[in-house]
Amino acid sequence: MTDTRSRKTIDTEPILDVKNLTVTYHTDRGPIYTVRNVSLQIAAGEIYGLVGESGSGKSTLARAIVRYLADNGEIKSGSVKLGGTDLLALPMSKMQQVWGSRITMVHQDPAAAVNPSITIGEQIAEIARLHLHLSSAEAKAKAVEMLKKMRMPDPESVAKRYPHQLSGGMLQRVVIAIALTTNPQLLIMDEPTTSLDVTTEAAILDLVRELLAEYKMAVLFITHNLGVVANICNRVGVMYAGEILEEGTVQQVFRSKLHPYTRGLLGCLPKITNDKRNVSLTAIPGYIPRMNQLPTGCIFSPRCSMVEDECKAVRPSLLEAEAGHFTACRRWEILQSKPELLMDSQHARDFSKHEEGPVVLSASNIKKHFSVSAGGFASLFKRGRVKIKAVDGVSLGVRGGFTLGIVGESGCGKTTLSRCIAGLEEATSGEIELEGELIPYSVSKRTPAQRKSIQMVFQNPDASLNPHYTIGESVARPLVLMGLSKKEIQERVRQLFNAVNLPEDYINRLPHELSGGEKQRIAIARALAAEPTLILCDEPLSSLDVSVQAALINLLIKLQDTHKISYLFISHDLAAVRYISDWIAVMYLGRICEIGSAEDVFMPPYHPYTEALLSAIPIPDPDVRQERIRLEGSVPSAINLPSGCRFHNRCPRKIGRICEEQEPPWQDVSEHHHICCHITLDELRTLQSEVIVRQADSPGEVR
Amino acid sequence: MIAYILRRIGSIFVIMFFASIIIFAITQFLPGDVAQLVLGQFATEEAIANLREEFGLNNPFYVQYLDWAVNFIKGDWGNSLVNRMPIFPMVMSRLRNSAMLAVVVLMIYVPLGILLGVLAALKRDKLPDQMITTVSMVFVALPVFVSSLLLIPFFCHYLGWLPANSSIHPDSTFGEALPYLILPAIAVALNSIGYVARMTRAGTIDVLRTDYVRAAYLKGLPRWQVLFRHVLRNALLPTVTIVAMDAGMMIGGMLVAEVVFGYPGLGRLLLYAMQNQDLPLIQACSMVAVTMLCLANLVADLLYGFLNPRIRVK
Repeated sequence: MTDTRSRKTIDTEPILDVKNLTVTYHTDRGPIYTVRNVSLQIAAGEIYGLVGESGSGKSTLARAIVRYLADNGEIKSGSVKLGGTDLLALPMSKMQQVWGSRITMVHQDPAAAVNPSITIGEQIAEIARLHLHLSSAEAKAKAVEMLKKMRMPDPESVAKRYPHQLSGGMLQRVVIAIALTTNPQLLIMDEPTTSLDVTTEAAILDLVRELLAEYKMAVLFITHNLGVVANICNRVGVMYAGEILEEGTVQQVFRSKLHPYTRGLLGCLPKITNDKRNVSLTAIPGYIPRMNQLPTGCIFSPRCSMVEDECKAVRPSLLEAEAGHFTACRRWEILQSKPELLMDSQHARDFSKHEEGPVVLSASNIKKHFSVSAGGFASLFKRGRVKIKAVDGVSLGVRGGFTLGIVGESGCGKTTLSRCIAGLEEATSGEIELEGELIPYSVSKRTPAQRKSIQMVFQNPDASLNPHYTIGESVARPLVLMGLSKKEIQERVRQLFNAVNLPEDYINRLPHELSGGEKQRIAIARALAAEPTLILCDEPLSSLDVSVQAALINLLIKLQDTHKISYLFISHDLAAVRYISDWIAVMYLGRICEIGSAEDVFMPPYHPYTEALLSAIPIPDPDVRQERIRLEGSVPSAINLPSGCRFHNRCPRKIGRICEEQEPPWQDVSEHHHICCHITLDELRTLQSEVIVRQADSPGEVR
Repeated sequence: MIAYILRRIGSIFVIMFFASIIIFAITQFLPGDVAQLVLGQFATEEAIANLREEFGLNNPFYVQYLDWAVNFIKGDWGNSLVNRMPIFPMVMSRLRNSAMLAVVVLMIYVPLGILLGVLAALKRDKLPDQMITTVSMVFVALPVFVSSLLLIPFFCHYLGWLPANSSIHPDSTFGEALPYLILPAIAVALNSIGYVARMTRAGTIDVLRTDYVRAAYLKGLPRWQVLFRHVLRNALLPTVTIVAMDAGMMIGGMLVAEVVFGYPGLGRLLLYAMQNQDLPLIQACSMVAVTMLCLANLVADLLYGFLNPRIRVK
């Protein structure tokens, strides 16, 4: 495959040239300058990654470039040139002709970006008729051709289908097909893979990389995921609170990291090779400033650990530290001379000798089958219902003070499993034992003591906190149920607020006055209030920014150490699971396919599914080499489970009929590592001789 | 899709069954004895007993119901107790007249309601939106008999454009009847325009906010194409439902309008039957009204299924 990344700086005119762009939103509280003085250039064939946390202004910048701002948005100053045309000078009617022909966009959620009542083919044909002036028949053919380019299986039939008949990954291919149909000069991709599973994401990124080698357009790639940037972009701009703080080639930025914020972001990310025992994450203190309360000096200064008085006095502009590498830090030379400064988090955590505690939770052969109406003709006559086997025979155990991580893509049953353990869903069969005692399926049948022992932290803190209760009341609720006196409750709530690092004067606030990270801290405090032995964390980090995630992971680990709690930690983020967990179970379609200690699961031999997951993780380091193992198709529906091994129809290492016909056996790699596969362990070892993720032999090696 | 249609038709039969029991039961329990009603106040005990026997009024309730239901399905709806005329042709002729009125009502309020709703959505929170929202609220709050009494002086007496009285010959053709239909139709439609406009406004605003509409704009499609091809098709789905659900209100409104304007429709017939305690006629009129309501909902369901590929294509 041609490499689009190592291409030297392009000496031709940039396709997109943004100069000193400032964008304001007019609000009731006055104007808010969401993007300030941003300049960037993108050449043909170049993928420019714009990274930043939520609220950094990256989407506003994209919308300003295409002049599609909300009604209260206004471009205050600056210029946007596309191939020499001054876009800001165009009347709106002319701008409309630029949309779709010279600039196209791909948005985050593919299922929302296509019209549900128009066929796939027509949605592509539409843009072909409009801008390429094709006839109806030609446009139809063009649509099929574009789908074929997206490597869509059976493009003719896909063209006739409606969006609800396709999976998320397929829909994102459709959206990309629409965007490439007119071969535009500029393609803007706004978080194009954020809503996709990690294996689908990897496949889409592969596709984008290959397609862009063919279509030589300028690409603005917006994401919050540093791993994705390192994976696909040539150049990168790190955006923070409306300004670009560092810009350069991917190699320059990721290697030298000449801004404390960039270092902060990278330090926040758990690495796939680290775990909580040898490395602690360095969270960035504080929060992104409100756009109407910006500090006078460097906008990052309130959160920067190497801040000087001078940083607070004058706002620095971008300086060229090395050719093509810009930073807004006035102290960049110090950063350059000390590559590990601010990153230096390697230290053995003082883990009180990690003895294996007694088994706290033991679940064996848990099944949860939902029965749903089949729909169709049959449901008219017989009670036509089909079974969805969301969880189908899962056994696991959690020891005291330990963390069991569960990974798997959406639809693998990990959330249902945790809800069964919590008793929020009644399991269909199986046994749940809490501290050696069999407990009922339903939470309503459990004793108060049993209920107390298992607590949950949910993904979305907005939905799990009652908006009408002060957060103090939310945390106090379990204490009230325990029958404590008013005074004791007040004291406990104060302690809990301290435990989760929230100031005590927050106690009387309402949830909407808190940030996402703070709300999740409250959810954790509420879970802690019951003094549980086990907390089920269901994707607790997914809705949070990386800098907040890191602080929360640190908090969870600290609490585990002080309170000796066990966690069942569910996530699709393998690096986070690897970091926080002692044991890891990999789930696929309602079953566990590999389970073992965290180190072992991430070392060969792997289950072929684990192998594919690992090879798909976007790693925030351009110098890391990853095996490329990609899965075909999408996760099958839990209604029609594949026979034999459930993974056989997507397995890149399938060995033959046996995979289709027989359920695979459990094989013991070691005492602490088990794989459910037909392939013998020796064979897996030979096939997977390399560690999937490793540092490249020579930096900058072509992938 | 076939399964979907069959399911809908199946559910209509169920609804009709229960509705027929209720209608039959209520008319049975109305004060007054049928035989007494037929024979008049001064009939002898014996004559009444004989007639009760003849009508099968001494049979158990379910036998009476089954007899009635079977005859109803066969089209044998009996004779009016008041004028001894066969009910079936009478009801059918009035149904035809009511249908003509309904067509005019629909032709006025559906397009107008949608138009106003879309307009309001496009000019959201601006003057046109505020005007449309306010005026349609007023219309919703205005009962048909009040709006009729306001319309008549204006159109008939002040402008002199339309006749104030719609008591035409029951067998008039549509063309002949049209001038007499407009005013009662406006009176009924005014009540429903508000609902349709508000539903369309809400639906359109929801769709205008979606990512796919933004994507359609950013494809470079002209505004009207985005509106017609991408917005309306999805935005009108809830409107279709509201129009069908509104059919009940419309039938009620038409009853009032028919009475106020003296139009010979089903509603006026029903009122007449009630005034005279003409039980078989009340039953027939009510059953026809329920049937129409069910059919309206069926049409709406089918239309909804047709417009929404998530139902049409599994």
